[in-house]
Amino acid sequence: MSILSVQNVNKRFGGLNALSEVNLEIEEGSVHAIIGPNGAGKSTLLNCFVGRLVPDSGTVMFNGQSLLGIKPHEINQIGVSRVFQTPEIFGELTLLENVMIPAFAKRDGAFKMHAWSPVADEGSLREKALEMLGEVGLAAKSGEIADQLSRGDKRRRVLAMCLVQDPKLLLLDEPTAGMARADTNNTIDLLKRIATKGITMVVIEHDMHVVFSLADKISVLAQGTVIVEDMPEKIKGNPKVQEAYLGGAHL
Amino acid sequence: MKNLIPERNDLLLLIVFAAAVMAGPFLLAPLGAGYPDLLQKFAIFGIFAIGFNILFGLTGYLSFGHAAFLGVGSYTAVWTFKLLSMNPIPAVIFATLLGGLFALAIGYISLRRTGIYFSILTLAFAQMSYNLAYSVLTPITNGETGLQLTQADPRVLDVAFGRDYGAVLPPSDLFGITMTGYPGFYFCGVVLIICFYIAMRIFRSPFGMMLRALKSNQNRLNYTGVHTRPYALTAFVISGMYAGLAGGLMAVTDPLAGAERMQWTASGEVVLMTILGGTGTLLGPVIGAGAIKYFENIFSAFNEGMLMQTFSFLPEGLQHFAVAISSKFVGEGWHLTLGALFMLIVIFLPGGLMEGVERIKRFVLRRFGGERRKSQQPAPTPAE
Repeated sequence: MSILSVQNVNKRFGGLNALSEVNLEIEEGSVHAIIGPNGAGKSTLLNCFVGRLVPDSGTVMFNGQSLLGIKPHEINQIGVSRVFQTPEIFGELTLLENVMIPAFAKRDGAFKMHAWSPVADEGSLREKALEMLGEVGLAAKSGEIADQLSRGDKRRRVLAMCLVQDPKLLLLDEPTAGMARADTNNTIDLLKRIATKGITMVVIEHDMHVVFSLADKISVLAQGTVIVEDMPEKIKGNPKVQEAYLGGAHL
Repeated sequence: MKNLIPERNDLLLLIVFAAAVMAGPFLLAPLGAGYPDLLQKFAIFGIFAIGFNILFGLTGYLSFGHAAFLGVGSYTAVWTFKLLSMNPIPAVIFATLLGGLFALAIGYISLRRTGIYFSILTLAFAQMSYNLAYSVLTPITNGETGLQLTQADPRVLDVAFGRDYGAVLPPSDLFGITMTGYPGFYFCGVVLIICFYIAMRIFRSPFGMMLRALKSNQNRLNYTGVHTRPYALTAFVISGMYAGLAGGLMAVTDPLAGAERMQWTASGEVVLMTILGGTGTLLGPVIGAGAIKYFENIFSAFNEGMLMQTFSFLPEGLQHFAVAISSKFVGEGWHLTLGALFMLIVIFLPGGLMEGVERIKRFVLRRFGGERRKSQQPAPTPAE
């Protein structure tokens, strides 16, 4: 069964056809990678899923509910979490607070007037946030100010912020960009563990090592359309993909 | 409503704060500020700045129109005196509520924009309120003269309870205690302590944490599943209520209200107070408000005669020269001193006076308590 169904999505920016007639079915419980050269429209497509952009035409259905025209916080509330390319979030707050905020949003909804009892009394929520920080290997740094973390740590923090919400669908925009090889491998292991929990993932990634370690299925986007969609092992040898990516050279 | 008592450090801060406010007349006497009129101003502007800081310090939204709510509070309080009773309690309650109501309307529209556009919108609304109070709304505000009590006022509650003030214009009184002088200060002081306690609860609450996250990155907070607009609006309304309350207290200590309370200079003043004291800190705005009102009082009271005396140790030529220069910075020109002081603080202590306090504390600890502290606290406690 597909959890996210994208049909005939078009998006133009002035004279540029950023997305044209994109069709995509994301299987529930799968890891679906979207690859493609720079400017293929990958991030634009992801932006259409979370309410950052509205397509000119087409439909985006999540579990039978349209994601078009509803606000970002509403999309998050129904179970779609997104990891952005830039990992800067609440820089002045501590790491633990960074993770507690999405946990509050999950428990209390998009708005709750919760101004009297102190944060210090939220024991169980704090435990849950600490547990997620443990999951991504940041438990020891929970008291640090988020801005002072390394870039790799910031990316892992963002993952903890998404996981604490138990999302149904996790959208990852280049989760390992700018990471050292060891960090990348750690992140792959972490994402594999997340996948075993049954969380559906859509991953945009340039690093083919990451893509082929994780993906159950790969869609190749070029010039705003899906040119190929197949299992990873079949994608490697596909001449259309090699054409789009490297102008004919081998992957 | 469980657990009304804050954690240990906060409780300590609250007790010290309350004690300092109550002992204000004695503590500030050596500085020449131990008289009730000035103390009342300290308390009232302290409340105004605490409320402003809940908006500006926590959410980062810089309002340039908070004097409008101050003015609304004053007018509401005077009308409550005229119509209901000279008792200050209904007056401050209505002033707070109406301040909040105006903030809801103005905030609802202004918060559609962020950054400088938000500031301009609030400034525009405040100037509109100021001009309305001067012109169209004269039947309510009494225009240029200002709203005053008259002997013909109905004061239905006072009449119902058989209180007759005779032929004089009464001051506000709390069950017989006149709200001028020291009783007036203590009334404002108690309200200030309550306001400080409420602000402390808000700062430590999940709501306060959301507001800080909103200041840090409002866009991403939306993608985290939080609807940021109602959070910002609630903070705006709370700060409007604080401003209304402060305006109400002004009328309690001196029962009249004028449109000049809504002028943009008054809005700017509370911004200066908050930044001078320390934006986003609990205590900073109160200290900033106190500092500005203190300097206003001290420097604007200086005149040439006093300067001549101060510089009398100099030879006559130099004395006249020194007086000629320094007289520009006192009396009417005290704003020059304030401006210079403000520049120094912003350049050298961007965190305001509270940053200065923190630096001194750290210096002292490093100098004298460093070794002892290290052995007592081996590991820093996480978070908080």
